[in-house]
Amino acid sequence: MKNERPQTGATEARGEVGYLAFADGAIFKGKCFGALRGASNPVTGEAVFNTSMYGYQEILTDPSYAGQVMCFTYPHIGNVGCNEEDVESSQIFTEGLVVRAAHKTPSNFRATVSLQSYLARNNVMGLEGIDTRVIVSHLRDHGAQMSVMAGGADVKPDELVDRAKTLGSMEGKDFVKHVACKETYTWDHLSWSLAHGNSRKLSQEQLVSRPHVVAVDCGVKTNILRLLVDVGFRVTVVPAGTSADDIMALRPDGVFLSNGPGDPATLGYVVKPARELLGRVPMFGICLGHQILGQAFGGTTYKLKFGHRGGNHPVRDETTGKVEITVQNHGFAVKKEGLSDKVKVSHINLNDNTVEGLESKALKAFSVQYHPEASPGPHDSRYLFKRFFDLVVGAGA
Amino acid sequence: MPKRTDIKSILLIGSGPIVIGQACEFDYSGTQAIKALKQEGYKVILVNSNPATIMTDPEFADRTYIEPITADFVEEIIRIERPDAVLPTMGGQTALNTALELEERGVFKRYGCQLIGANVQAIKTAEDRDLFRKAMDEIGLESARSVLATSIKDAEAAANTLGYPLVLRPSRTLGGTGGGIVKSPDELHRKVGIALAASPNHEVLIEESLLGWKEIELEVMRDLKDNVVIVCGIENFDPMGVHTGDSITVAPIQTLTDKEYQLLRDAAIRVMRRIGVDTGGSNVQFSLNPKDGRIIVIEMNPRVSRSSALASKATGFPIAKIAAKLAVGYTLDEISNDITKETPACFEPSIDYVVVKIPRFNFEKFPTADTTLGTQMKSVGEVLSFGRTFQEALQKAMCSMEMDTYGFDRAKLTKDMGRQEILDAAGVSGPHRLWIVGEALRAKFSVRDLFQTTAIDPWFLGQIEEIIQREESLKGTSLESLDREALHELKSLGFTDRRLGQILDVKESTVRDHRKKLKVASSFKSVDTCAAEFVAHTPYLYSSYDQGEDAPPTNRRKVMILGAGPNRIGQGIEFDYCCVHAAMALREDGYETIMVNCNPETVSTDYDTSNRLYFEPLTVESVLSIVEREKPYGVIVQFGGQTPLRIANELAAHGVPIIGTSVDSIDIAEDRERFSALINKLGLRQPQYATARSAEEALEAARYVGFPLMIRPSFVLGGRAMRIIYTEDEVKAYMQEGVEVSHDRPVLLDRFLDSAIEVDVDAVSDGKNVLIAGVMEHIEPAGIHSGDSSCCLPPQTLLQTVVDEMKRQAKILAKELNVIGLMNIQFAVTEAGEIYVLEVNPRASRTVPFVSKATGVPWAKVASRVMAGKTLDDLGVKEVEPVGYVSVKASVFPFSKFSGVDTILGPEMKSTGEVMGIHTNFGGAFAKSQFASNTTLPSTGKVFLSIRDRDKGPLPGMVKRLSGLGFSIVATKGSAQFLKEHGLEVEVVNKVREGSPHIVDMLGRGEIVMVINTPEGWQPVMDSKSIRIVANEMRIPTYTTIAAGRAVSEALGMVKDRSYLSVRALQDYLCPGVQENLPPAASAAMR
Repeated sequence: MKNERPQTGATEARGEVGYLAFADGAIFKGKCFGALRGASNPVTGEAVFNTSMYGYQEILTDPSYAGQVMCFTYPHIGNVGCNEEDVESSQIFTEGLVVRAAHKTPSNFRATVSLQSYLARNNVMGLEGIDTRVIVSHLRDHGAQMSVMAGGADVKPDELVDRAKTLGSMEGKDFVKHVACKETYTWDHLSWSLAHGNSRKLSQEQLVSRPHVVAVDCGVKTNILRLLVDVGFRVTVVPAGTSADDIMALRPDGVFLSNGPGDPATLGYVVKPARELLGRVPMFGICLGHQILGQAFGGTTYKLKFGHRGGNHPVRDETTGKVEITVQNHGFAVKKEGLSDKVKVSHINLNDNTVEGLESKALKAFSVQYHPEASPGPHDSRYLFKRFFDLVVGAGA
Repeated sequence: MPKRTDIKSILLIGSGPIVIGQACEFDYSGTQAIKALKQEGYKVILVNSNPATIMTDPEFADRTYIEPITADFVEEIIRIERPDAVLPTMGGQTALNTALELEERGVFKRYGCQLIGANVQAIKTAEDRDLFRKAMDEIGLESARSVLATSIKDAEAAANTLGYPLVLRPSRTLGGTGGGIVKSPDELHRKVGIALAASPNHEVLIEESLLGWKEIELEVMRDLKDNVVIVCGIENFDPMGVHTGDSITVAPIQTLTDKEYQLLRDAAIRVMRRIGVDTGGSNVQFSLNPKDGRIIVIEMNPRVSRSSALASKATGFPIAKIAAKLAVGYTLDEISNDITKETPACFEPSIDYVVVKIPRFNFEKFPTADTTLGTQMKSVGEVLSFGRTFQEALQKAMCSMEMDTYGFDRAKLTKDMGRQEILDAAGVSGPHRLWIVGEALRAKFSVRDLFQTTAIDPWFLGQIEEIIQREESLKGTSLESLDREALHELKSLGFTDRRLGQILDVKESTVRDHRKKLKVASSFKSVDTCAAEFVAHTPYLYSSYDQGEDAPPTNRRKVMILGAGPNRIGQGIEFDYCCVHAAMALREDGYETIMVNCNPETVSTDYDTSNRLYFEPLTVESVLSIVEREKPYGVIVQFGGQTPLRIANELAAHGVPIIGTSVDSIDIAEDRERFSALINKLGLRQPQYATARSAEEALEAARYVGFPLMIRPSFVLGGRAMRIIYTEDEVKAYMQEGVEVSHDRPVLLDRFLDSAIEVDVDAVSDGKNVLIAGVMEHIEPAGIHSGDSSCCLPPQTLLQTVVDEMKRQAKILAKELNVIGLMNIQFAVTEAGEIYVLEVNPRASRTVPFVSKATGVPWAKVASRVMAGKTLDDLGVKEVEPVGYVSVKASVFPFSKFSGVDTILGPEMKSTGEVMGIHTNFGGAFAKSQFASNTTLPSTGKVFLSIRDRDKGPLPGMVKRLSGLGFSIVATKGSAQFLKEHGLEVEVVNKVREGSPHIVDMLGRGEIVMVINTPEGWQPVMDSKSIRIVANEMRIPTYTTIAAGRAVSEALGMVKDRSYLSVRALQDYLCPGVQENLPPAASAAMR
């Protein structure tokens, strides 16, 4: 997993004046923290907001946020610092962050470093002292915005706006190629626990007899891989774009399509192998993986006005009628129309009735738009990993 | 799932009087529940003995029983009404306990009704500590190690295995009554007995202490389909060891990562499922070891609670309303979110601000009470405040307390302490700890030092340290040196103009002017459940010094109502009741109503009550900023008690359009000289009085006024620091302690009309006409604070001519003061029938809700309409003389929460709440009022009498009555001698100073069932104190005036033949057709 962002020459910010500028001309002034990114090296990305009150470190390290500048709605960020455990990948993928109040001195028994140092070390810039509620209202009313963020003496906000205008839109952008792994690897760790942290893992002997799932990495969060192991799988991770034949050569009992960033419509090279695998092996997709599966089912995707990002979205399982509080992070969604008649909409979002899950009994495949692996967020939807396991075991026998 | 159609009628059990641990949050919950159930078409039957609640307004429930909430009475109501279901989860512990008892008696089965909201098994598992612990074991959650004890011997054994310190938790008590932390075997011996006595089932849990751990609470909701949501997580600022009701609390949780929070969330859901709460809201309390994150489940309440009211206000998610809908079968996804309208209630609120709750204490009322906070709740109220940051929310909350604090401005608390002493003081959890922590940081102790001493999370300490450092760096700079940006930043940390003025040594108004010049103003933001993700349709607002604004004002004609602030003794729910009525009435009349208040327990701070709610401190600064924004047509200050009145003058000076009685008229009534001139002008009479500014002056004044006299400082709320004095020595003693209380204000002396009957008269005036709302005769004589007295309506012993004369005087006073709105007058009637005016309050009084319930006229609504310009003629309101029934109001006291406190009543108000008893005669009404205030009247046994000489006249009659009812009499020598002389049989017992065996021994052995003790003068009061203290701890009914003694002896007759048990709905009392059919009031009471 490699990021394009330069890792050297990072300057630590010390409260310099900085600006966040939107393509539509809106400008927000704040103070820089984390790394300082000047006018010559500004942060660029789609401005999005997340309504989770907890879990900023997981959000920052979620590869799905590549290409995005994160505005946290909860005003205090940094209270609990950062640690080695609460990461969803090996680095920060969020391009930059915007908060109301950033805390430099953490207070939590697991904290090992302050947010300030963590960001500086990863060359990620933050802006604080901004009324983030204004940004949220703006994005809610005017839709998603491309944005530019920079700080320091030489920054001219108007120039940032001009720069933002050149960024186009998230539509048509493929970020998967930047964040997906380049090589196949195996995953053997179990999920986090208070007593053991992330250290629990299984040996080859323990794994060898387990059903095998191949996870197609479009920017996978590690908690997905952990929960796949927890539920009973042996996991091999392959890069996005791996052909159907190459995947089948690994003799999978099931194939998993991961989350990831960017516009799903640009991912023909991932959709094609998925379509070829449908019906041959049980499949499960999460988030971007759901959008890929949706396309494999003949459907299309579209961009939401400002997306769903947070840990409190109610989703109803249309089979059981039960509601789960879900974790969401997506700017695109699958259209109901145009899906194969072998597919039914299994879950819907109760806030706006958008498609949250697809299921094809015939093709032994299902997917959800939200994040059952949580991290951060509620654990209500973890049953889906078990559902996948049962599907695989039932099919693989 | 659609709502249930097999149920047509539902009985909702309220929570009764306001007591420590159970305040008006249950009026808020219950009122919401009733509204929701009525909307769904159910017939709602309510029982609640508290007349000051909104829920007991006759138009809320279909059938309203203002009756004691005991199994006997509720069974009777069920027998008559035959409800299909009983909802016990809205009325706190009182309702749950009553429901359990009814179940045990087989009442539900007998009358074919079912519990909804929580089943008996769930309630038992949650309430019974042993069952709870086993249940937690089953689902793999840790509990504190503990042992259940039913005797002192059990407790000793437990202590041996668990080690000290230990926590005592009596089963099934409110606010931890009788509980506490014990650190030694000695202490254990002393406290276990009290703890066992406090528990209705004589059980106390002895538990390992988690002192210093973090305390965290989650509010959970579940529906019949097992959908579960967490409404809010709350983190306590004070670590474990302080009752959560006495802790400063913060939402959301500030110092947990998502991983740790989700462990708690998962655990809370498991608890909910295991305990088996099928529908509704519950709270689960956890303790978390700050060193390693180890989690322990403390307790779970299978009902709405103080915390759920707080969580509802903090998030905009109306837990009680939704719980009521879930109880009748709806599921969370079928209920819509009121605020966003487009999204369902099945979600978890995301908040983009910080909420801070600070409890309000009243220790100054109980000078001998231990102010250390522990597992027994001692606070009487609370404030809640919103800010975009913790610092802003915290400082706003401090200003909301109405303790004359505007931030970390209590240096005087520590001014006589050395540096180390300050740190030590911060280590003791007491009512002022927050301020002392600030001073310790100012004394340059580090966050680390303070963490070690207090166990308060370093994050909170760091936030306070920043505030203090900012204050220190400002000292010596000038206001003018603050530019727009600098001032805005200070304001965004929550600094008030007043506090900045103190630091910069300028007046508050100077800071304000500078701020206005620089155009630094607060912005207003919505509490919207969703962090602005969706558009909010309900203007529920708070201020913050930030950039963006929500909910711009409308162009409608608006009336703004200033609320009553935190509950405390003397300033209770009655004022909130009036504010809510103003909002309801004027909203009905087409005004846009705007409520300003900061008390999270109340109905007034329900976003449903007014068109707009500003959850803000009631300070001049914050009210002005709202007035400037909203530009109301009128502002009502006369309904919120002292809270708005103390800022009314300043508001008026800033041009705020105050409607109703003028601020000047209010001032006339408060100012002794001006008031005296008024009384003279109208040819009325008031007791002789004088003013003194020194001890010498006081002696001189006392001789002029004559003894006995009442002495008090010039500024009082609820009779603070008032005392009745019989001798010159007592004057000297008072001046020594009293002057300290109010050094720059004079002391006032009034002739005390001993044995006079006190009367409250409430009236409404439109400036031309005056209507008498009610005349209430006090049962206790003048000298007992009117807020503590029992009273009855209509009067029972006064001659009609005297009543008519008081009405006449009330009317001329109202006209002379040009009262527009409510007015209350306190009269004293001497034995000779002379009428004295004691006090005139041209504003809402504590008695308004009681009078409204007793007469069926919503007087506060009438007054609001009059203030907005209507005349009484327009409204067609008439005076009402209740016929055929008597209403008694009795006060409820917090003595059981403060061990070692004297229960004698006096001019200092001590009650936290009130109850109402209604019956066809006085004895029955009084008996009900006693049962309703948790005093269980005996039906047999020994009554102890110790009566001062002055009261001995009526004594033989009273004793004859008691003997006739089968009680035997025990008395000390003097009283016994007197009774024997009248040929009455009496057992003599020693006074305490006469040596054992004495009366306190008898009380301690449980041989006495009731105490009537009327001492006079300082020494006898002190001598008899131990009697009242022990009686209080043993929960023996105690009466400290002869009038109350006579009233109770009449009531005992009704108890004997159980005739007091007849119940009747308020609607039937108030319906004229029914009234005519009632037998006439036939009470010989008190005569």
